[in-house]
Amino acid sequence: MEKSTAKKFHIDKTFKTNLITYSIVIAAFIIVQILISAGQVSSLMKGLLVPLCIYSIMAISLNLTVGILGELSLGHAGFMCMGAFASSIFSISMMDSIPSAGVRFFFAILVGAAAAAAAGIVVGIPVLRLRGDYLAIVTLAFGEIIKNVVNVLYLGKDSNGFHFSMKNAMALKMEKSGTIILNGAQGITGTPKNSTFAIGVILTLITLFIVLNLINSRSGRAIMSVRDNRIAAESIGINITKYKLMAFTISASLAGVAGVLYSHNLSSLTATQKNFGYNQSIMILVFVVLGGIGNIRGSMIAAVILTLLPELLRGLNAYRMLIYAIILIVMMIFNWSPKLIDFRKRYFHLNRAKKERV
Amino acid sequence: MMSFISYFINGLSLGSVYAIIALGYTMVYGIAKMLNFAHGDVIMIGGYVVFTVVSTMGLGPVAGILLAVILCTVLGVVIEGVAYRPLRMASPLAVLITAIGVSYLLQNIALLVFGSNPKSFTSVVTVPALKLADGKLTISGETIVTIISCVVIMIGLTTFIKKTRAGQAMLAVSEDKGAAQLMGINVDGTIALTFAIGSALAAIAGALLCSAYPTLTPYTGSMPGIKAFVAAVFGGIGSIPGALIGGLLLGVIENLSKAYISSQLSDAIVFAVLIVVLLVKPTGILGKKINEKV
Repeated sequence: MEKSTAKKFHIDKTFKTNLITYSIVIAAFIIVQILISAGQVSSLMKGLLVPLCIYSIMAISLNLTVGILGELSLGHAGFMCMGAFASSIFSISMMDSIPSAGVRFFFAILVGAAAAAAAGIVVGIPVLRLRGDYLAIVTLAFGEIIKNVVNVLYLGKDSNGFHFSMKNAMALKMEKSGTIILNGAQGITGTPKNSTFAIGVILTLITLFIVLNLINSRSGRAIMSVRDNRIAAESIGINITKYKLMAFTISASLAGVAGVLYSHNLSSLTATQKNFGYNQSIMILVFVVLGGIGNIRGSMIAAVILTLLPELLRGLNAYRMLIYAIILIVMMIFNWSPKLIDFRKRYFHLNRAKKERV
Repeated sequence: MMSFISYFINGLSLGSVYAIIALGYTMVYGIAKMLNFAHGDVIMIGGYVVFTVVSTMGLGPVAGILLAVILCTVLGVVIEGVAYRPLRMASPLAVLITAIGVSYLLQNIALLVFGSNPKSFTSVVTVPALKLADGKLTISGETIVTIISCVVIMIGLTTFIKKTRAGQAMLAVSEDKGAAQLMGINVDGTIALTFAIGSALAAIAGALLCSAYPTLTPYTGSMPGIKAFVAAVFGGIGSIPGALIGGLLLGVIENLSKAYISSQLSDAIVFAVLIVVLLVKPTGILGKKINEKV
């Protein structure tokens, strides 16, 4: 009797924590909506609402790779880039075929997620054979490759269909009436601005739902067992490659969704070092580390705070990245240094330190 | 044909710089078993020190390089002591994230101190260019000095490791930290020494790199740093001749693909090389195979 109630309580506990996470997002949405209708939100802040969702989704999806799978990916912005460009191309080329903006955007999101997932599989199969530092550096390499390749692609559309080149816009050999969709390093212009805060929040909720459910499922536990002890997991019959690839692909496709939001929030889209480069991947990593590696809710909150803070404290903007760097170092030493862990155990009687050591 | 030779020689020169940087990576990886992400940024700091000494203070290039070597050595030891030593027993993920943090810290300190505007670096090399084949083929002084210094450093380092006690201690620590400690080797000191040597080499690499490519920004070091790591992996991480071979090959591949395929895609090609190497022969050209034990 007692046993079954204990079990029930356990399920309720995870459910409750997840419910709190969802409620935070919904509450934040409602508060912002009230503030907007009361006219309390400046246009600067309004412009930040969609990026907040984008970074939250990125942080959640990277946390799936870093926290749950336990591998460091430094090419996450590459998947975002993939999703952004694939969905933008889709939206522009389907402008006439699907007149309804809502339906088109819905499909654009699916296209972006699928493209990023495909990239995730292609990258994941070779990369996940490696471990640790090698994996990190190869994901970084892939991220840079995706960004570099996008910058030399040319894609146009005329009455004969699509034209594709890797040289320049002239090599497309298009009719005069044709339009260039993707113009090499100049990127894509004229993506419809479909991203709204409401859609962003819905996508954030969906992302949370997918990731939180995955963690509490059989597959999620298998993924975490691979993280905690690869050899032990293998010896009890867990297919390591399958679960690693699964987590990595889901993580990539969610980053793709963030990319869709990103590209449909700007009128012109280019792949630069700043938005899809290695720096962006690191910034997302800072969100994950600050929020707590493996803690989905934490990484979301960290993403929101770290995106808002520099905008609120304009004067600190020059020091922003410096502060991020110090946060990274201090957090790591504080959380992982064996001496500090002992110290905390001794003086604060915290068993949490042990638990948090994912 | 002449243009091919000139691309090839420029590739060798770039490759020599990669090889010098890769030495720092490969030694640190071999001994501390960590990827020192901040290594590339030590190069950048070295470049700025030389720039400040030569262009702002008006001293000679030799003084600049000497000062850069001293400051970078100190910087390397400080980084190791403050950021990496407390995490010696921690998980590789934590160490890697810390290293990324240090890399960012150095970049942003440079950004605050020197600003984001690129500085035009005056070459530290005074050797005149060499004209061959009736002036059809010009080899710049920077190229000659870079290749020669790379060879000298390689020979010097190999002798150091083979002939001195400290070098033997480094070998021992890279084989087995615990056993080395039992034999009375100061493990922490040896690791600090490795960082010191690696950072001193990074300072030299910084001066050479900026002489060949004379724009200096806070981000100058990060890309060559990552590529040098690719070179280290290519040649076999932990192996000093491997770093030389990997660096030279990578430099040649990069320059030839820049010349004959696409300048925009050359980075992508370099990274593709890394991926292929890791998939086909993860231990690199000269690497040793390490069997995993349960």
